[in-house]
Amino acid sequence: MREFFTESLFFGAALSMGIYVLGLYIKKRYSFFLFNPVLIAIAGTIATLLVLDIDYSTYNRGAKYISYLLTPATVALAIPLYEQVSLLRKNFTAIMVGIASGVLASFCSIFAMALLFALNHTEYVTLLPKSITTAIGIGLSQELGGYVAITVSAIIITGLFGNIAGEVLCRIFGIKHPIAKGLSIGTATHVMGTAKAMEMGEVEGAMSSLSVAVAGALTVAAAIFFEGLI
Amino acid sequence: MKYIVQFEIILAISLMGELLNRIIPLPVPASIYGMAILFTGLCTGLIKLNMVREAGKFLIYMMPLMFVPAAVGLLDNWAVMKEFIVAILVISFVSTLAVVAVTGHVTQFIINRKRKEGGK
Repeated sequence: MREFFTESLFFGAALSMGIYVLGLYIKKRYSFFLFNPVLIAIAGTIATLLVLDIDYSTYNRGAKYISYLLTPATVALAIPLYEQVSLLRKNFTAIMVGIASGVLASFCSIFAMALLFALNHTEYVTLLPKSITTAIGIGLSQELGGYVAITVSAIIITGLFGNIAGEVLCRIFGIKHPIAKGLSIGTATHVMGTAKAMEMGEVEGAMSSLSVAVAGALTVAAAIFFEGLI
Repeated sequence: MKYIVQFEIILAISLMGELLNRIIPLPVPASIYGMAILFTGLCTGLIKLNMVREAGKFLIYMMPLMFVPAAVGLLDNWAVMKEFIVAILVISFVSTLAVVAVTGHVTQFIINRKRKEGGK
């Protein structure tokens, strides 16, 4: 039986999508923010792989076809953004200054925490790209000489956090304007947070998509200055 | 017919993004180039909304699921991550709070100020 799983092309994708669908039902039934379908799918898949003693590369042989769609899906984020283009034009300054201040807050907080944890230069630059989308983050981490695998982990953990708690955080901090909510979530937690912002509303989703691209670009530009600090 | 054309347009744009990523020496991924190409196309009217809308919305709807395999991959990184796990978790948590609070309030402040000025 185990041989069947290790040879199957559909096992990984069917497993994760199945648990994700289960997660959607659980979320529908109980509206508690920790019952997040993405979190349930990740935890359920990891648990299954550990119990059945199947390694990641075997799982990913099928599951990679799910990830394959991530690039076209990110491209498609331009659609909700275009649908809100008049809002973007009207609030252009507020949006750009908002994202820039968020990028600055990201660098400053990581810098402060790096001092606190007494991280060395390599560890510090590894974490600098943690708020931006994975593909940009990998490139930046390589450029700065960080541990790329850890950068990816930090990016995913941050994104998952945004997907689970983005809406709750906006409420706690008193961020009420839909433009501000979208920008906050997108600037802090990239595409994974944006997936959540899409569920919150059209304006939130569009603004979050925009901030993924803009925050990514600003982070790459500003990293040159911040990398030298530690 | 309509959906397959829409899907093909999005895939073709992804391919163009991949090409730009290959020839331009910047750490910008294919997906972000593609997003910029599609946005520009829609703004200039070169691409009409009904040429991409339904397939695009479907992809966006499916998007949260697409993160699952990469996150499960953390399992493979566990050995290297173990040492830094506390730092990674604390830094991710704190800096996310900081970014959400700062971005949101700066944006809200500017929007509200502008609205007040406009109202006078």
